[in-house]
Amino acid sequence: MIEQTHDAEDAATRKREERRDFRSYVWGIGLALLLTLVPFALVQWSVMTRTALFITIGAFALVQMIVHFRFFLHISFSQKREDLQLILFTALVLFIMVAGTIWIMASLATRMTMPMPPPYP
Amino acid sequence: MRREVIRHPGLNLGPAHGEANEAAQTMLFGFWVFLMSDAILFGMVFASYVTSVHATAGGPGPHDLYDIKSVFIETLLLLTSSFTFGLASLTLKYKHSQSRLIAWLAVTLLLGIGFLGFEVHDLLSMIAKGGAPSRSGFLSAFFDLVPLHGLHVTAGCIWLICLVGQMARYGLDTKVKLGILRLALFWHFLDIVWIAIFSVVYLAGLT
Repeated sequence: MIEQTHDAEDAATRKREERRDFRSYVWGIGLALLLTLVPFALVQWSVMTRTALFITIGAFALVQMIVHFRFFLHISFSQKREDLQLILFTALVLFIMVAGTIWIMASLATRMTMPMPPPYP
Repeated sequence: MRREVIRHPGLNLGPAHGEANEAAQTMLFGFWVFLMSDAILFGMVFASYVTSVHATAGGPGPHDLYDIKSVFIETLLLLTSSFTFGLASLTLKYKHSQSRLIAWLAVTLLLGIGFLGFEVHDLLSMIAKGGAPSRSGFLSAFFDLVPLHGLHVTAGCIWLICLVGQMARYGLDTKVKLGILRLALFWHFLDIVWIAIFSVVYLAGLT
């Protein structure tokens, strides 16, 4: 008898967890859709200056990546820390290598008067 | 109410899955390390694209070649497929029927194939407009970056078919469960790479 109530309780907990997990994915796709639609709309019916558009697109992309990490890949501060640390370290390495490459090549382009006008300065 | 211990990136199966849940910790962390190194690879290809985006050598540029509507459809297809893969993961975690799991995986596969179809169509129409990879440095860099992502998606689709095959042959055992967990990480990761592609390549290119 006691076993049965335990089972029922367990099933109820599982149901709650499942709803919570499902909601996480729904939030994920909802936010991702919004964060996709806005920059596409801005580019299609552009009303901003080019520089403002670049910054907006970049900001939306960054936020959308965080949304994907949070809601689809379930990365959060409360979990095993190495996963998050690995992402942050990878982001650091990426930033150093990508920003360094673009900087060096852009500097070269200016000095050699190669075709590379702004906004990739 | 007890909170589950989160052992690895992606959806955790939880203690109800016993062996698979135990084995997932090291295996998924290892796979996560691979994904991060793959991210570095993509990052460098992005860097080479950005540095050569103006090297059109008098040939067609982004405005002549990119089709924002097609890219938008591709984005929606890939995003929806990420969601349906999430639903497949939930079906696995909460032990719903195997046919439901296969159904969600099949929907994901179809969306992935749809994405690839649109992408191949895009690339072919670019070539038809005189934007072949050999035309300029810009186009070489473009054809290095975007089809690299497409190849990853193709690999993901093949992997998915193999997993369904394994499921049909061996049932839903620990190996298959871990395979689905890893493919889920791979699939969501590719969606993140696609965010960077549609932002850096297409949207920034079309401003």
